[in-house]
Amino acid sequence: MSAGAVTRPEQAGPVDPAGAPRPAEASAFAAVARAYARSLIAMTALVVFAIIAVAALLAPWIAPQNPYDLTQVDLLDNLLPPGSESFSGQIYWLGTDGQGRDILSAILYGLRISLLVGLASGVIALLIGAAVGLVSAYRGSWLDATIMRIVDLQLSFPTILVALILLVILGRGVDKIVFALVVVQWAYFARTVRGVALVENSREYIEAARGLKLGHLRILFGHLLPNCMPTLLVVATVQVASAISLEATLSFLGLGLPPTQPSLGLLIANGFDYMQSGRYWISLLPGVVLLVTIVSINVVGDRLRDVLNPRLAR
Amino acid sequence: MTRAVDTPPALAVEDLRTAFFTDAGRLDVVDGVSLTLRRGEILGLVGESGSGKTMTGFSITGLIEPPGRIVGGSVKLAGEELVGADRARLRALRGRRIAMVFQDPMMTLNPVLRIETQMTDALLAHASMSRAAARAKVRDALAEVGIAAPDERLRAYPHELSGGMRQRVAIAIALLHEPDVVIADEPTTALDVTIQGQILALVQRLCRERGTGLVWITHDLAVVAGIADRIAVMYAGRIVEEGPVDDVLDRPAHPYTRGLIASVPVPGRRERLPQVPGRMPSLLELPPGCAFAPRCAQAAEACRARPDLLPVGPARAARCHFPLVETEAAR
Amino acid sequence: MVGFIARRLVQSLFVLFVMTLIVFFGVNVIGNPVYIFASSECNQACVNGIIADLGLDRPVWEQYFVFVGNALSGDLGNSFTFGVPAMSLIWERLPATLELAFAALVIALGLGLPLGILAGLRPDAISSRLIMGVSTLGFSVPVFWIGLILIMVFSVQLGWLPSIGRGDTVSILGLEASFLTLDGLSHLLMPAFTLSLFMLAMVIRLTRAGMREVLHADYVKFARANGISETRILSVHVMKNILIPIVTVLGMEFGGVIAFAVVTESIFSWPGVGKMLIDAIAVLDRPLIVAYLVFVVFMFVIINLLVDILYSVLDPRVRLGGGAR
Repeated sequence: MSAGAVTRPEQAGPVDPAGAPRPAEASAFAAVARAYARSLIAMTALVVFAIIAVAALLAPWIAPQNPYDLTQVDLLDNLLPPGSESFSGQIYWLGTDGQGRDILSAILYGLRISLLVGLASGVIALLIGAAVGLVSAYRGSWLDATIMRIVDLQLSFPTILVALILLVILGRGVDKIVFALVVVQWAYFARTVRGVALVENSREYIEAARGLKLGHLRILFGHLLPNCMPTLLVVATVQVASAISLEATLSFLGLGLPPTQPSLGLLIANGFDYMQSGRYWISLLPGVVLLVTIVSINVVGDRLRDVLNPRLAR
Repeated sequence: MTRAVDTPPALAVEDLRTAFFTDAGRLDVVDGVSLTLRRGEILGLVGESGSGKTMTGFSITGLIEPPGRIVGGSVKLAGEELVGADRARLRALRGRRIAMVFQDPMMTLNPVLRIETQMTDALLAHASMSRAAARAKVRDALAEVGIAAPDERLRAYPHELSGGMRQRVAIAIALLHEPDVVIADEPTTALDVTIQGQILALVQRLCRERGTGLVWITHDLAVVAGIADRIAVMYAGRIVEEGPVDDVLDRPAHPYTRGLIASVPVPGRRERLPQVPGRMPSLLELPPGCAFAPRCAQAAEACRARPDLLPVGPARAARCHFPLVETEAAR
Repeated sequence: MVGFIARRLVQSLFVLFVMTLIVFFGVNVIGNPVYIFASSECNQACVNGIIADLGLDRPVWEQYFVFVGNALSGDLGNSFTFGVPAMSLIWERLPATLELAFAALVIALGLGLPLGILAGLRPDAISSRLIMGVSTLGFSVPVFWIGLILIMVFSVQLGWLPSIGRGDTVSILGLEASFLTLDGLSHLLMPAFTLSLFMLAMVIRLTRAGMREVLHADYVKFARANGISETRILSVHVMKNILIPIVTVLGMEFGGVIAFAVVTESIFSWPGVGKMLIDAIAVLDRPLIVAYLVFVVFMFVIINLLVDILYSVLDPRVRLGGGAR
């Protein structure tokens, strides 16, 4: 029943020489923010994620101890349940692990690494994928066909398998897992951007821009890319969440990060052995933080998709 | 059961109202429609897209889906009330006593089921017989609608058949149980002209032979002129004119009908045809009085009030304050 | 149809070739397996002997051709740690992984279809929203964490289900199976459920989306207009349309499930090929790692090929269109 569809008045805004639609950006942002804020769940998720991000950022300053500074860790305090008091009078709100490290501190430090890995790989994959996708759509013909063949091929393999192969080859390390995650993710961005760019590419204003003999770079980055941004933002959010999840999984398997830089996944793995003996907190609490992080990012991403592109909404 | 002296008409629709409740507001897609169809009669239900003619068809068969529902009126199939009938009863009547043929034969048949499965399913919905007997019966039904090599077609999937052939299959399915009433919703629109003619002739013949009442929904007056006994013209969910097809087409009483007739191409003449000016208004913002007034050349102050469907001649009625034919009342 | 299969076959072979290159050369760059075998008293001559034994003195490309040649005859080298052919180790452990994967598939379909149908029939009901919300979690929550929680609740706290190994097995057709004994079944339940989560979420989504689309299709309305019963419409007319994409996607995901079994098997110490890989990585058993990866990629390519063919068989539109999609 589209009979009652209400047509919106034309949006008035500054128009650039090629005639590209460019709504006043500040007001567009405000509109998106307002639409976003209408969902209570999405707002909660955003606040939760903000708290998590700030906590991770400030970990060295707010954590009760530096869990990897051996002078601050007392082995005698090992395996204490949450709320215990140490010999030196310090309270371990979330308990301690097998080496006597404060779980709360370990979580804060682990969160830092998990977020760093997730964001770094997400951003790098986005840059590479977006560039490849844009060029692919803009150039077309055999280049497009070849690139998309590679993308399809890679996407047909399970991410964990590709990451597994790469990490077996590369070994452990923050740089290595970021590299592996970038390899796994770039294809998603490339395909998404190409899809959007192909649609935009056939629009009149791009034709006009080409007619005006604007440089390729100017058309690519001045016109095509901005129109891909909403979709990219949504995909990036989801990808960062899945990167964090994948990194945790790989670290759990002992494949991702070195023990000197434990992410949440590694913390969970370390506590796994103690779980059988009922010392649940060592594994469970980092897991809860991991879960909350991933779910909050996903909720934010879902809401962004609804707000930015109603066509994608289910 | 003894037969009453005057048998009830095959189909009697009385003040039928159907509304869709959407986020944008309530849409009265069928707004007080009344129709009568005798056995063996062919009624052309005419209107532009969005006039509510398709929704009238679905309302009659009880196939309106949420967010729409029938909000009032009555539909009597050979005297039996369908509005408010329970689902089991409706199911038992559909396909057996009242059947439908849809507009687009490409979408009407299930793409992943063989023709045989679809036909025997429809047959066995109202008859108990062996699979073999069912197969023989649907095979004959295919032959009857003019499909060559019916055995082969039974094994086929819909996409292996042409559009015309698919529509023949749909017609065969609709007529399997020799229903009292068939509602055909623009069944020839999606087909090319020669096939249109064949399908038209086929349906007309089959309905006449079996005394089936037929409601032929279309936007095409030329089709109605060729097939129908009577015509009802719909606009914005209401019937604006009805009567015997020749009378209405020769001397339309409603300005809208006249506009429609003027826009029908005449073979051999190549001039640009006058279209009814303007577009059908959104059902959300209908004018308070005559819905057609904004597009009507002769609209006057009186048209701010809603006109009733009033007699304008023998067996004729029009919903206009200034009908184009003289009424007894005005005389 | 033949052309379509031939094209896919050539493409599959190419993928296999590239993957063996990546895996073989990649794995050969890391570590030095000699030191696994060489004792601390081993002098240079002894080390050289080991190198020659392992064929490591020859140029890398020659090693690759020997490797491919052997691989074509089903020999992927001997495991460093076990000293037996890597393939025999894989064949030995594969049934456990396959059992786990199939059990996960059964759970995904058995739970996912009814839940998806429910959510599709009444999209606005609270139960439907709940189903969809939980299925969203299935996509985003790391599976290993769910496994841990299951162990914590059902093994440690409640003590209902065992968390390690396969339990008692029964031999059928020469293969060991857990699901036929009560003990084996209790061992299978948690790992299979954990592994099924992703597929389960996907089946629910696909079923719901399919229901929403197909229920409003003209041909369903036409079937209703013909008085065909709702049960028959749902179970045949609607279901057949929905199952086609589900079977296709599940088929494509099945390779991924076997890859993901690595995680599940590690958590539950399920003695399959995934657990074997993690153990092999820990001791740097190169031939075993390479053998596993080549084998999984091979299996994956075969599965993809089969799914493409299966899809064309299932969907009459594709079958006759000669693979045009």
